[in-house]
Amino acid sequence: MAYLRRLLPLLLLVVVTACQHSPTRTTVRIAAASDLRFALQDLTAQVTKAHPDLRLQVTYGSSGTFRTQLENGAPFDLFLSADIAYPEELAAKGLAARDDVFSYAVGRLVVWTGRGSPVDPKAGLSALTDPRVRKVSIADPATAPYGRAAVAALETEHLYDTLRPKLVTAESVAQAAEFVTSGNADAGLVAESLVLGGPLRGVGRWSAVPLSDYPRLVQGGVVMAKGRTAAAREVRDVMLSAAGRALLANYGFSG
Amino acid sequence: MWLSARLSAATTVLLLPIGVLLAWWLSRTRRRWAVVVEAFVALPLVLPPTVLGYYVLVSLGSRSPLGRAWQDLTGSTLAFSFKGLLIASLLYSLPFAVQPLLAAFAGMDRRLVEASAVLGRSPLSTLWRVVLPVCKAGLASAAVLTFAHTVGEFGVVLMVGGNIPGRTRTVSVSIYDSVQVLDDAAAARTSLALLAFSLVVLTTLYALRRNGSAFRMDL
Repeated sequence: MAYLRRLLPLLLLVVVTACQHSPTRTTVRIAAASDLRFALQDLTAQVTKAHPDLRLQVTYGSSGTFRTQLENGAPFDLFLSADIAYPEELAAKGLAARDDVFSYAVGRLVVWTGRGSPVDPKAGLSALTDPRVRKVSIADPATAPYGRAAVAALETEHLYDTLRPKLVTAESVAQAAEFVTSGNADAGLVAESLVLGGPLRGVGRWSAVPLSDYPRLVQGGVVMAKGRTAAAREVRDVMLSAAGRALLANYGFSG
Repeated sequence: MWLSARLSAATTVLLLPIGVLLAWWLSRTRRRWAVVVEAFVALPLVLPPTVLGYYVLVSLGSRSPLGRAWQDLTGSTLAFSFKGLLIASLLYSLPFAVQPLLAAFAGMDRRLVEASAVLGRSPLSTLWRVVLPVCKAGLASAAVLTFAHTVGEFGVVLMVGGNIPGRTRTVSVSIYDSVQVLDDAAAARTSLALLAFSLVVLTTLYALRRNGSAFRMDL
């Protein structure tokens, strides 16, 4: 009997878990830009609190690849892109309604020096001219929005030609940050969301590049017409609510 | 991990018969355009995986005739599913099945084939009864290389599969995923498992190869 009583909580737990996985829950399949990972983990909790019937299944990757995949019928209900141009393209091709394209944040570029770097990035981009900074990582301007922003900002401040020999190009902005953490670059031009959220929070020092230095990086998403549109819109609404926006701002995604 | 193993096993089982027939035909045919077929078989070696993946994606996707026909028949998409991955893997690993078999067929004693033909066996029966037993080592190489190559497949899977957890997220894609989120510990763990697995597979390959050559000397 005592044995049974000890087992009871365990049994209850099994029953409760089983109930949680009842088939009444709708899974919303989300394709999200990699830099959203930490923010979305937090946001998921908010969504499931507001809508206990929803379950989020997120795949992270490069926005450009997602665009190609969605054009070819990838099974995603919601696409959260690093660049609003891709959702707009999908809407233009009739894969989503125009009204379902939305913007959730404006991306911000920061100058970041890694752990233990003697260089203070407070001076902004000009701090990179310090001879102790030998390599500066940026994302590939050909494919990554943050790479284009980095080049544009350097050009605005007339530093591009001076700094060009120091620039090393990474495949994505996350890899540009990786170059700095691994010591392969002394500084990087990366997304604010990377140094505010996740494992890089509090590592090294950073300062924001003035927003006027580069074209606005409008980050946008879209509800795909062929998916579970009602559920996807509910997720979008949580994301764009006051509480959702406050959460996103904590991770460097503010409007 | 299970998904990778399943994909690799299915690819190997399906690709071996295809590879054997293709290599057999290539090794015997006198047609001039056979070299073009050979070049096509070797193409996945040269093409960057993402390029191959892009072509497969576009030809299987919902906009292509094939993708649409499949959707009408089954109600599900071919791309972004296990079956889509399987088709991509078959193409991607084709040279790894055909090349060792071609080498084995070229290296065997032609008189065995001629003797079998003189004794009235059909070409297919010769292939099954004479050639394959002699070329066991080549067959083993083809199988293991196909299996291992499919496990390590990355660019194609990411493009065609879409990195969907539980459905198309293979080991190599999950490593990429961990690196993307700066989760070095998880990336290192998975990489180590993959490394150990690859080492075991390759050791088996070379062990089989040695046994194979010993077997040939017995003859």
